[in-house]
This record gives sequence, C-alpha cells and structure tokens, in this order.
Amino acid sequence: MVGDEQRFGVLASGAYLPRWRIERRTITEAVGWSRGRVKPGHGSRSFANWDEDSLTMAVEACRVALPAGAAPTRLQLASTSLPFADRSHAGIAREALALPPTTRLGESGGSRRAATSALIDALETRTETLLCGSDCVDAQPGSEGETELGHGAAAVLLGQGDCLADALSWGTVADDFVDRYRAADRRFDYRLEARWVRDAGVRGPLGELIGQVLGQAGIEPSQVDCLLAPLPAPVVRAVARDNGLEQADTAGELESCVGLCGAAHPLLMLHHALTRASAGQHLLLIGAGQGFDVVLLRATGNGAGQAAEPPVSVEPNYVRYLGLRRLLEIDGGLRAERDNRSSQSAAHRRHLDLHGLLGGRCGACGKLQFPRADRCVHCHAAGEQTPESMAGLPGEVNSFTEDWLAWTPRPPLIFGNVHFPGGANVMMEFTDFESGELETGQVVRMAFRIKDFDERRGFRRYFWKPAPVEKGHG
Amino acid sequence: MAEGIRDKVAIIGMGCTRFGERWDCGPPELMIEAFEEARRDAGIEPDQLDAAWLGVFYQEQSTGKSGLPLSQALRLPNVPVTRVENLCATGTEALRGAVYAVAAGACDVALAMGMDKLKDTGYAGLPERTKGSFEDLWQPSATPPGSFAQLATAYARKHGRDMAELRRAMAHISKKSHDNGLLNDKAHLRRAITEEDVLNAPMVAYPLGVLDCCGVSDGAACAIVTTPDNARRLGHRDFVTIKAMQLAPSNGWELSSSEWDGAHTVTTKLAAERAYAEAGIENPLQELGLIEVHDCFSVTELVLMEDLGLSQAGCAIDDVLDGRYDRDGVLPCQPDGGLKCFGHPVGASGLRMAYEVYTQLLGRAGARQLDSPVLGLTHNLGGVPNRNVASVSVFGLQGA
Repeated sequence: MVGDEQRFGVLASGAYLPRWRIERRTITEAVGWSRGRVKPGHGSRSFANWDEDSLTMAVEACRVALPAGAAPTRLQLASTSLPFADRSHAGIAREALALPPTTRLGESGGSRRAATSALIDALETRTETLLCGSDCVDAQPGSEGETELGHGAAAVLLGQGDCLADALSWGTVADDFVDRYRAADRRFDYRLEARWVRDAGVRGPLGELIGQVLGQAGIEPSQVDCLLAPLPAPVVRAVARDNGLEQADTAGELESCVGLCGAAHPLLMLHHALTRASAGQHLLLIGAGQGFDVVLLRATGNGAGQAAEPPVSVEPNYVRYLGLRRLLEIDGGLRAERDNRSSQSAAHRRHLDLHGLLGGRCGACGKLQFPRADRCVHCHAAGEQTPESMAGLPGEVNSFTEDWLAWTPRPPLIFGNVHFPGGANVMMEFTDFESGELETGQVVRMAFRIKDFDERRGFRRYFWKPAPVEKGHG
Repeated sequence: MAEGIRDKVAIIGMGCTRFGERWDCGPPELMIEAFEEARRDAGIEPDQLDAAWLGVFYQEQSTGKSGLPLSQALRLPNVPVTRVENLCATGTEALRGAVYAVAAGACDVALAMGMDKLKDTGYAGLPERTKGSFEDLWQPSATPPGSFAQLATAYARKHGRDMAELRRAMAHISKKSHDNGLLNDKAHLRRAITEEDVLNAPMVAYPLGVLDCCGVSDGAACAIVTTPDNARRLGHRDFVTIKAMQLAPSNGWELSSSEWDGAHTVTTKLAAERAYAEAGIENPLQELGLIEVHDCFSVTELVLMEDLGLSQAGCAIDDVLDGRYDRDGVLPCQPDGGLKCFGHPVGASGLRMAYEVYTQLLGRAGARQLDSPVLGLTHNLGGVPNRNVASVSVFGLQGA
C-alpha cells in the first residue's frame, strides 16, 4: 500500500446539472424538418436555466465537491464558455465559495480538454487544487449539436490524503485536428463530418496514447473497468473495440440523458464513475479536443453511493427552451426595458456579502441578519456584527408570490420572504421552481445564480436564490 | 408625550381632480384643477398663501424634482414651496408639512398639494423604479402586487386559514369598493362587479387577481389649511380640524428579521396607536364614522383592519364577510371607492383620502353621504409590507 502522505489523487468530487432537460425527440419534432430524414433520437439533454452560466454551474459543482472547511491551494476553472473575456471568474467563484483571498486562481479554456489538461498539471505539480470543468455552450437551432450538447459542471478536489481514486499514470498529445471550432466572436460551433473525425482524428492518436498510459502503470486493457471518454457513443465504441476495452463501462447514460457537456464532461463522467466504483477498479479518463489527455485512476471505493438526486424536469415546449436560452428573442414588454446598470463602487463595497451570501452575526444578541449592517436589526447594538455565510443554511418559505406582472425570462417571477436559522429573513427571488410548486413552510437551498443581465453594457451580476432541495440533501 | 396638534389646524378648502387615465392632462393641468376647487372652497387667492408643500412620488416620471412644478403651474407669488416624498404616504406628508407649519405659527395659510401623473409610462401598473444602488444588487425586481401578495400567503399560514376562504373575503372587499366607487363621479373605476368576477379574474401575482388590485391613475388633490381662529376670521363657520397626524416608518426589522410573521404591517399598528392617543380616541371602531385606508390590494385592506385595531388578530376575514366595513356596516371603509376604484395617483392619494373624509364630515358627499360622521381616519402605507411608511391621520368636525 502506498502511504497517505505519498498518495496524490482525487480527494472529493461533485457535479452539478441544471434541473432542465429537453428530449431529443421534442427537438427533432420541432426542427427536424429542416434537415430532412432525421431520426427522432433517444434520451434527453440538459440545458441551463436563464439565470445560469458556466460560472454559476461551476460554483454549484465546487460546493458539492468541497468538503466543509477545506481551503485548497488553487482554484482552477476549465471552460470554453465563461462569460467574461476580461474578468476573473475564478475570483468570483472564490468569493462564492468563501475561500481565502490568498487562494491561487486559474482559468483554462481554448479546448474541450481544458479540464483534463489542468488535471494533469495538478498531478504533475502535486498542487492541492479544486478543479472544476463547466460548460454552457448553446447550439444553433436545428443543428446536430443541438441534440448532442448538454450543460453541466463537475469538480474534483485533488490532493494528498485518503483518496476516492489514486492517479496511476497519465499522458497527453497535442494535434490541431479541427473536428469543430467556435470562433471567439461566434456563439455556435462549426462542425466537420463525424466519420472523418472518428476515423482520422480520434481512433489512431487516442489509441496510441491509451496504450502508453496503460503501459506506464503496467495495466492491461482487460483490467480497465471504466472508459470515460467524452465522445459520441459510436466513437467511444470504436475506441473501445480498437484498444481491447470492450468490457469497460462507458458511462454512456450521461451522454444519453444529459448530452456532452464540453470541458465539463470528462469530470462529470469521473464523478459519475467515482460514485459507483468499488475499490480497485481502474478508470481510464479521456480528454479530447485538438489532441488528447489520458489519465488512469484506481478507485478506492470511498466515493461510492455519495450522489445526491437533484430534481429533474423535462421541458415539453421547444419554443420555451429557445426563449430561455436566448436562442429566440421573446418580447418581454416594456418592463423588460429596465436598465440594470450596476454601480460598481456600491457592488464592490459589498461584493463579499453578495457573492458569498454573507450575513451578519450580532455579537451582542447572537442573531443573524442579511444584509449585514452597523446596527443590529434585532437588538440595535452598534458595530457588533461579524460576517457569516448563509449559503449553506436551509431556508424556510414564510411567504411567496408568483408575479405575472414583473418581467422575467421565465414567468412568473417567484419571490418571497425566506427565514433562516438564527433569525434572519431575506426577500429573495426563487429559481428552478415552476408555477404551483412552491408552498409556505417549504425548505429551500441557496443556489448561486445570475441576478440580472445588463444588456447594454455586457455585464451580469450574481446573487443567491432559493432553489428546490435535492433528495438526500434536505 | 407632546401635546400634539389636535384641533390646532383647520382645513378650510379642499379640491380633488377626477382620477383616471387623464390623457387630456399633464401635471400642471391636474394641479390647477384640484387647486381651483380648493381655492373656491376656501375663498383664498394664491397671494394669500404663505407657503406650500408639494407631494410627488414618481417625480422622474413626468413632473420633475423640487417644488417648482407647483410654483410654476399656479404662478404662486414666489412663496416657499417644499417638495416632499414618502412613498404612498407622500400626499399625507405634504399635508403634514403644511399643518405643522400652521400649528407652529410659521404660516397663517398654507397649501398642501399631492399629485402624480402615472399614465405617461405607456404600460399598466406602477412604473419601474430603482431601490438604490445596493438594494438593486440583491432584492427581487418585484412589482407592488407581488410584494403585497406576500401578505396573503403569510396571513393564511400564520392563522391557519384556507386560501380559498381568504380569497373570498378579499373578493368581498373589492366588490364593496366597486359598489362605493359607482356613487363617485370622480372615481377612476366605475363599474359593478361580483365576488365571482374577482375570484375568476386573471392572476396578476398569486393570490391577487387583477380585480384585487387598485387602479393606477393620474390625479391631484389638495388642501388649504389655517388656524381655527383664522378660519373664523375668514368667514368659515363649519370646518374640519386635524385631530392627529402620525407617521411610522420601518427601521429594517421586517426586512431582515424572521421574527416578523409577514402577516401584518408593524408600522400601521404603531402609527395608529399614536394617532388614537393624539386624537383622544379610545374605541376606534365605535368612535370613527368612516375610514379611508391604503387598499392598494384587497388583502392589504383586510390585514389593515387588524393593524388599525378594528378587528381582532385572525378575525378580519370573518368581519369583512360579515359586512362590518361595508357602506352600511359598523364602520364604512372606502366610501369613495378607495384606492381600488377612486384610483391611486400615488402622490395624491393621502390628500384624496382626506378629501373624502372632509367631504363626508361636512355633509357634502351627495349620493354616497354617510349618516352624520364626526370623526374620520385616513391611512397610507407607502412601500411594501416588509419595508414601508405608515401614516394615520384623524380628522373631525370642529368641537368633535
């Protein structure tokens, strides 16, 4: 056995998938006419609510992965779809996760293997890292990608100690093979022929790298229990067949139910496998995108059975899906003209409170409040409040409404007064609830979301919203 | 407690425009229309005014800042005009400024004008507004019906009442105000409705349907005040005096503390207690002859009956359904149709309520005249249930 002090691997993992799914059949029934003889398709894909992006999903995945009190040396986000070109998303995530300001921050993108490449970097340097892959890439309506892609995020905490999986060997190979690309100023991918990609771009170079990585660890292909390749199922089957990996489980249900989630997908598959793997199972993790990363891990069985069951809802209305994803501009009426310019100086004064949902705990009366203030709202003591995160507290709905007059991309705007343990009440906008789902007395969890878009200035601001509680987390 | 302002100030003239979608009027025309009625009533010319207060809430909408819109519209003789704003209590706040100035002896005659021109927004409901640079970063972009709908869900939860039962009482409130509004030719909404109409109306913000909501209107109302002695010198024999004017703003407790149940307005209770003490009222249900309360939404009026000490906690549903607050009930509420049907040009509403009480006390209410009331109460709730300004004022015939 390798001693804990020498082991470096996956200490914890977590995933976040949006609540919303749309069945591929729904998509093809709506727009399949545009491409002629298209099969209706099986399964579904995930899509982010209007107030989610790759940053909010990353925060949610990190919250699941990050053990209480953990403060990793580095926070690394990997994505091809982070919303700002010049603003540190990891910096916002750091505040949402209440990690110390001394946390080293990194972001990587440019390829769907951004997360696996960052994983290899962390393994090489043995840097304790909270690594998150997240992607929220939309596809042009009617395109092949519309049924293939999904939205999601997953995170792993890498470090020394009692692991969920030990990293045994790894390798990488770069190849500017343009199977698809997305220009910086374009919203959608441009894709090349799938059979050319499979046969000329994947099978040869990936097979060679797999052989090298297995060889480094002295593992036979027949010993691989899971082949975690973020590729379409036919390509995964070909790779398995080429490399003697037919016996390996390919976690294909993720692609079937969620879709391929870009840079997030390898870590989504890894988390999925870790929550099921028994001790000693070998997991072969692939990253693909202008080259390949391959990482061989051996599960310890410590992560099995830890998956929560988030609520899932299928959207039957294709046009609503388009509207929520801003793929179709639905008229919001005159109220949608509201100018959401942020006062950055006001926001910066309270950015930790807003991004971290930090309330104030009064040293005089011991009660909690949001927003934090100089004078306690309960006992009026001055200067006694210390910041305290309310993000992990359960909320209880004291009152709510479904407001059909207010503008929101997903009417009705549901908001209400939420009570928190410790005496705080906050009027909040709810998310991921449908009309008729909310009741007073209901327990809700806090989710990090986009509060408002400022379309005129290309800005978006983030805050927390009460969301449905996951089964097993309530 | 200070001795207060009871009977120190008299109202010698009031005016109120027809409320509604006044496409024919801008702010100056509305103010002139209200002022001309008050001027004739009081027998006062602009050059007899020592000072004026202008209440406008949505100044950014169409009116502009400062006291200038009033000074310009009436061509006042350069007397001080102070513009005030305190949410939906703005009109009452304008009156309070004028009343306090007269009570203090700083003015002999003062004008209080409340006005809002809301229908230039181009859409239904109240205009969007900012809550401030910090609040906008985290508070929901709520509408007023959505904010007040919270009272209903919290009230049902607190008192264990079925929402259908609560909605039935709310429907009764709306129907009652429509019945009253029919008798008022200045009211914005003048049509009879049934409780079923209310219950079946399109939902605006659960559980408030469109007929649970008051009208958003253009309008102006004003009062001319002086001392009782001066009123007599000016030839007024019957006039109304101010018995109490109290104001209570939230201090953030409802917004931030889970100890607030969400089912009552803290500030109304406080303002009412102070106003009853100032006016010398011990049993408001028996002593008051009419009330005009802030019925921005049906559920608000229901909850206010408890907050004003007129119904026991948890019993307003039953009292409302028993007809206690109907025109022919123990204590008529909104005999002019209220915000619900007279309409709600925010800055004017406090003075519009005072106008109805004044009119009723002087026996000038025509078809809707009540049976010889001697004391009347007005109440405004500015803001939303978790953060608001409540004003409670009591008016009475001199000597009452």
